[in-house]
Amino acid sequence: MAKEFLEGNFAMAEAAVRAGVEAYFGYPITPQTELLEWMSHRMPELKRTFLQAESEVAAINMVYGAACTGARVMSSSSSPGVSLMQEGLSYIAGTEVPMVLIDVVRGGPGLGNIAPSQGDYNQLVHGGGHGDYHPIVLAPASVQEAIDLTVLAFDLAEKYRNICMVMADGSIGQMMEPAELPPMRPLRTTTPDWATDGCLGRDPRILTSILIDPPLEEVFNHKILDTWYRIIGNEIRYKEYYLDDAEYVVIGFGTAGRIALTAVRNARAEGIKVGLFRPISLSPFPFQQIEQLAKTAQGILVTEMNTGQMLEDVKMAVKGRVPIEFYARVGGIVPYPDEILGEIKRLVYEPKSPDGDPRQRWMQRIKDGVITLS
Amino acid sequence: METPLNTEVVTVYKRPASLSRTPTHYCPGCTHGIAHRLIAEVIDEMDIREKTIGVAPVGCAVFAYNYFNFDWVEAAHGRAPAMATGMKRVLTDRFIFTYQGDGDLASIGMSEIMHVAGRGENITVIFINNAIYGMTGGQMAPTTLPGQKTTTSPNGRDVEMQGYPLHMSEVLSRMDGAGYVVRRSLHDPKNIRLARKAIRTAFEAQKRGLGFSMVELLSTCNTNWGMTVQDAMKWIEQYMVPVFPVMDFKVSSGLDGFKA
Repeated sequence: MAKEFLEGNFAMAEAAVRAGVEAYFGYPITPQTELLEWMSHRMPELKRTFLQAESEVAAINMVYGAACTGARVMSSSSSPGVSLMQEGLSYIAGTEVPMVLIDVVRGGPGLGNIAPSQGDYNQLVHGGGHGDYHPIVLAPASVQEAIDLTVLAFDLAEKYRNICMVMADGSIGQMMEPAELPPMRPLRTTTPDWATDGCLGRDPRILTSILIDPPLEEVFNHKILDTWYRIIGNEIRYKEYYLDDAEYVVIGFGTAGRIALTAVRNARAEGIKVGLFRPISLSPFPFQQIEQLAKTAQGILVTEMNTGQMLEDVKMAVKGRVPIEFYARVGGIVPYPDEILGEIKRLVYEPKSPDGDPRQRWMQRIKDGVITLS
Repeated sequence: METPLNTEVVTVYKRPASLSRTPTHYCPGCTHGIAHRLIAEVIDEMDIREKTIGVAPVGCAVFAYNYFNFDWVEAAHGRAPAMATGMKRVLTDRFIFTYQGDGDLASIGMSEIMHVAGRGENITVIFINNAIYGMTGGQMAPTTLPGQKTTTSPNGRDVEMQGYPLHMSEVLSRMDGAGYVVRRSLHDPKNIRLARKAIRTAFEAQKRGLGFSMVELLSTCNTNWGMTVQDAMKWIEQYMVPVFPVMDFKVSSGLDGFKA
């Protein structure tokens, strides 16, 4: 396959098609609608299932139903729509059926806006629906990575009977860049041995998330926690840039990580020994890798397009060993590389703050006019 | 000379193969058991047990899947029609039905039920209307009758404050996607026989691909109504039937000539 000039939303849709998705259920919401639109003609063309649901609530429950039959199934949405799906996601987690969800994150809270944001980190990584469960969350920083992670998402979801999400943002969804689509995979030919597809020649099966007897629910919670530890053991993904001799480390994911890479390169050109650590699996989060970095680094800069949701996880990994600073643009604004370069220099050349709240210092700098938001 | 006794045993009544042997958790006198049996008889008659998947609701019938002998899934409150849609769209040759109460279908699941009917989704819905929330202990339902006392309408449903009961069969039958929508009652043997025929016809509609099919069943909740079983049956006839008439609302011409 040759590289083509592809838009992120389209690319993720076609990647899912080539990964063998059999059914897609979704609802229009900016900035992911092109994904839904592509599926609306592509899936019927291949004699696969496409349905525009009446709401995200219905879409996720259609996904739930199709997933119970053993079909490879997905949905996509953007932040407010994903909020509506959280009920269904909890049920899906409680039933251990695999599915893929792509969230093209936009500015919030509430209706917010339709510009790129990473404000769904907590919603996807730490929460969302009720009860104890952990989705796998993968964060691409380019259209190519969005394609690759979409394909991977199906494999991981099915390997672990777990929800797997791709957390893109409005810019990954909307931008066009050269990327290569994978070859078309053949469709699934077997049905998993847990699927409810009609009990022809076998005993009946039940797929449910209700375990009314608390001891059984406790056992089930232990079981999915065991699965989660297997996922932690096998599926942590990240990318390192210029870290071999780095004295300072920038940590950012997705679009923020990509912009930080430009800033890191510019800092290197000025002789600053700085590198970038870019988590790809936000859940499971690369705690140990960051803990290792904290042992040798003199300072860490966390940069996000939210008010420090991943910062909390980085702090947990760093355990106070090394000063952390924070920089973000929020509300749908994407930072320029120069803004992050300025923060790298501040981390390197200004007196370090070994404790306190990096986020509060960042806010104070904005209030004091030390940082001018462009 | 004595006439020899005829010792041949003729079975005239037995447990349908589609029912499991699990005793139900339903209150004595509740009509869920009757509804379950009718569905099982129809599935046996059509010989589709191994091709049928049920979608259980949230409410008293949350454990319905324990009482049948075929595949089931359990939906979130009100979402059974969406889940059934997902299943039917990928398994078009299977028989998919939901089993939903009035709170599930007509309150929290209103959006999902309207849209499966609108889309003409080729599934069957068994709608249990007992005018009250059973599992949570007798609260006002969207189908609670005007003046009916519940734990959240302790002075009787005041239509000025709490509005009027919803007539789901009437509403859903107006959808172009509906192929078969009828209301039946489970309050006496004659009506039970008619209910069985209606369920058979609804599954036939699904078999023939006629779109959305639903049988609303007027049902008892003698526990939360605070009545004896017999009084509850009479209450259906006396109070529910006048508000929820037992009749056919939509019968597709695709069913012409079909006799259950």
